[in-house]
Amino acid sequence: MSALSIAGAAETAERARPRRAHWYRQPALIAGLVLLAIILFMVLAAPLLTSYNPDTQNLSATLQGLSSRHLLGTDQEGRDTFTRLLYGGRTDLQVAFLAVLFPFILGTVLGSVAGYFGGWVDILIMRLVDIVVAFPFFVLIIALVFVLGPGQRSIYVAITLVGWVSYARIIRGEILVAKRQEYVLAARSGGLSSLRIMGRHLLPNVITQAIVYAMSDIVQDILAIVTLSYLGLGIQPPTPDWGTMISDGQNFLTTHWQLTTIPGIAVVITGLALSLVGDGLADLLRPGQS
Amino acid sequence: MGRMTFVIRRLLLLIPTALGVTIIAFFMIHLIPGDPAATILGIHATPRAVAILHHQWGLDRPLASQYWLFMDRLVHGNLGQSLYYRVPVSGLVTSRLPATIWLIAYAAVIAVVISVPLAMIAASRKDAVRDHVVRVIPLLGLGMPAFWLAIILQSELAVRLHLFPVTGYGQGPIGHLHSMFLPALTVAVALCPVVIRSLRASMLNVLGADFITTAKAKGVPGSRLFIRHVLRNAVIPAVTVLGINIGFLIGGTLIVEQVFSVPGIGSLMINSIFQRDFPVVQAVALVFGVMVVLVNLLTDMAYASLDPRVRFDR
Amino acid sequence: MSESTAASSGQAWVAAGQPLLQVSDLRVQIASRRGIVRAVDGVSLEVPAGEAVGLVGESGSGKSMTLRAILGVLPPEASVVGGQVVLDGVDLTELTNSQLNKIRGPRIAMIFQEPMSALNPVMRVGNQIAEGPQVHLGMNRTQAAERAIELMRRVGIPDAERRYRSFPHEFSGGMRQRVMIAIALSCEPSMILCDEPTTALDVTIQDQILRLLARLCKESGTSLVFVTHDLPVVAQICHRLAVMYAGQIVERGTVEEILTKPCHPYTLGLVRSAPDVDHVRSALVPIPGSPPSLIDPPTGCRFHPRCKFAEEDCTVTDPPLRFIDAGRATACLHFERCLDELRTEGADL
Repeated sequence: MSALSIAGAAETAERARPRRAHWYRQPALIAGLVLLAIILFMVLAAPLLTSYNPDTQNLSATLQGLSSRHLLGTDQEGRDTFTRLLYGGRTDLQVAFLAVLFPFILGTVLGSVAGYFGGWVDILIMRLVDIVVAFPFFVLIIALVFVLGPGQRSIYVAITLVGWVSYARIIRGEILVAKRQEYVLAARSGGLSSLRIMGRHLLPNVITQAIVYAMSDIVQDILAIVTLSYLGLGIQPPTPDWGTMISDGQNFLTTHWQLTTIPGIAVVITGLALSLVGDGLADLLRPGQS
Repeated sequence: MGRMTFVIRRLLLLIPTALGVTIIAFFMIHLIPGDPAATILGIHATPRAVAILHHQWGLDRPLASQYWLFMDRLVHGNLGQSLYYRVPVSGLVTSRLPATIWLIAYAAVIAVVISVPLAMIAASRKDAVRDHVVRVIPLLGLGMPAFWLAIILQSELAVRLHLFPVTGYGQGPIGHLHSMFLPALTVAVALCPVVIRSLRASMLNVLGADFITTAKAKGVPGSRLFIRHVLRNAVIPAVTVLGINIGFLIGGTLIVEQVFSVPGIGSLMINSIFQRDFPVVQAVALVFGVMVVLVNLLTDMAYASLDPRVRFDR
Repeated sequence: MSESTAASSGQAWVAAGQPLLQVSDLRVQIASRRGIVRAVDGVSLEVPAGEAVGLVGESGSGKSMTLRAILGVLPPEASVVGGQVVLDGVDLTELTNSQLNKIRGPRIAMIFQEPMSALNPVMRVGNQIAEGPQVHLGMNRTQAAERAIELMRRVGIPDAERRYRSFPHEFSGGMRQRVMIAIALSCEPSMILCDEPTTALDVTIQDQILRLLARLCKESGTSLVFVTHDLPVVAQICHRLAVMYAGQIVERGTVEEILTKPCHPYTLGLVRSAPDVDHVRSALVPIPGSPPSLIDPPTGCRFHPRCKFAEEDCTVTDPPLRFIDAGRATACLHFERCLDELRTEGADL
């Protein structure tokens, strides 16, 4: 008998429902949301924060250090690093967000079909899931991007074709659980109420699980996008992006380390913010976990 | 059922997946927009060259027979001919495979060496400062681009401080250990967050279990308690998690091999992409797929051998 | 620690020699989100050598916590905040964990309630039994293994040599409990603490295990502290009894005295809900009302909200456990009402 069950036994007479943690009491979630808000603000408000254009070259002011004119210096083509950082963030986050949306949709559709119809449709789809999962994520992505040709569109297609599997699994799992419940309920009450119960229990659960997963998915996608761009296979210049910034700055690592280091730090911090939010949400939405 | 039966049963279940892997690898060529042969050859696309490729790859035949051709060659160990090097792909792959395997194994070891103590520190005093610190570190690791860390480690520890070779594989076991340390560390850093998190969770789980109280009540001293009772039980779910994430471990080797110029199949794939050497890209993708399937099998086996309840539940 | 309790206990327990274990005014608190739970609130107990003492009460009364506090295996949220646990002149509450480790096993051992979860699932049963002797008695693997096999035979596990290599999940519940008993006996302790060892077992198996325990303890002269919520069970194996309610001891005496002449309304309720003590073992019928909050216990006597004999003074002071006869104690201010009640039912007192 655990200590808390003793306390609980003594208390359950008074309270009927277990208390859920409040979202404002989760420091990780708050920190993550604040950080994320800052990042989003900075990339979205880029035109307000900087007067430069991310593409404008200024060959007379190349490779400058930090200064009041150029907050983070300039790169080898005289472009303002701070500006590129902000606009690059815009590009990367926008692509990453869309890159999560498409797999989510595809995965939800296929997962629902698999879960609802069952039978050989289910087996087929799950087999497909197993096969896709058998490839390392990045290997498949890069192979697809190669095959489809470099660029933003290929990124979307590749990530969609590969990333749908996790969402499909989640959705299908929830539908199977609901089906079991429905079966039990139908056996008892004989009918219509089960649909409502499915809606009430199924939908919230599914959405929360998918959102929590999506957080870690975005991070993964950002890394994939940035890596592809670093290799030159992803976001094509002149569109600014953190990956190409890192690759551009690589030659100047010993002299002007900030060109490569700072974009990388931006990725890490963005990943940190998203992970904190994801973890915080996960803790929040699963009561009894601490 | 015995362990052998378990393995055989698992292997049989893997066959459809393995077949599926080959189908996807095969099918990649048909995703290429336009005429695959022409697109691949690019500027070298003379009508004659295109026709040769068409013939070689059986692109003029129906789909099913193409696949049959593909599988037939595969079964005989023929992975095609590299367009760039003009040698059999299988030779390229086999010569470079050892470096990648080294990298993966080395990275796994480093990841374990880092993660176990950290997880232990965190789990020993839950919600204390040390726990929070350990929990945040992985969050930084999750968002860290492997190539970026690779560049920085290379630049600082190898180029500037000369602690490690800048690139390459090295000679002999000691050479490998030295040259591959930074690459393996980079890959490990990507893996640690997941391992630390799951180990910590399973350790906390185990620490709260009744049998730990029994062991304490027996007077089992701390270190023995930790290793024989806590760790021995905590690794079981962690092995499963490691297995699930092995795909990321393996995928991470691509870019790390590239940055450190490790002569493995990962850098082979990337270089082949730049060289538009489709047969090599396809073959390496296939090899990676098979590798993951095999590693999953190994993980299952490890899990079964660690958890005595498994053998009998099945 | 109250003077009167200590002094009077020395006289009142006309026991077989000096008490082996003496618990005085033990207090255990648990930190929970809703406040501090006073799980054990001033418990005093003596366990003479060679005797079996029962600790009875409902869920949440603090009896398990008392046992765990004695051995120092409380869960992390709980801690001893007062009192003493004296074994052979040494106060266990003042020892460090590594010092306590030397006592756990060779001097005091413990048996738990859920044998399935109380055994390490990935370690062979024999090795778990052998672990104690290896750690405490300095035996090597072979010696410890021999000892484990011998113990397995003693507790009635058939085919001991082969089953040494089995895992816990390959055993039935009763067998696992026998394994636990073997583990407890492995270093020949002078006392075994039993935390509801039969609660999770089938009725028939319960009986077997109880008989086993009783026999083993008689053979080796080991003391027992037996915690349970099941009165008939305790009657089968114990000489003396203490009844716990809401973290406190409310009555003490021999088993016979308590079962035939309960001197506390709570005990009266317990006894009545297990009418046919010698034959039918029925589930405990709960006393009306629910256990009080241990964070904020009722003022005065903690039982008074559920007590039909409660009077004005019961709500004011928390009555201490006091002796009404040799070896007999109660915390009820109006215990005679219990006896009156029984007499009106025709009991021959």
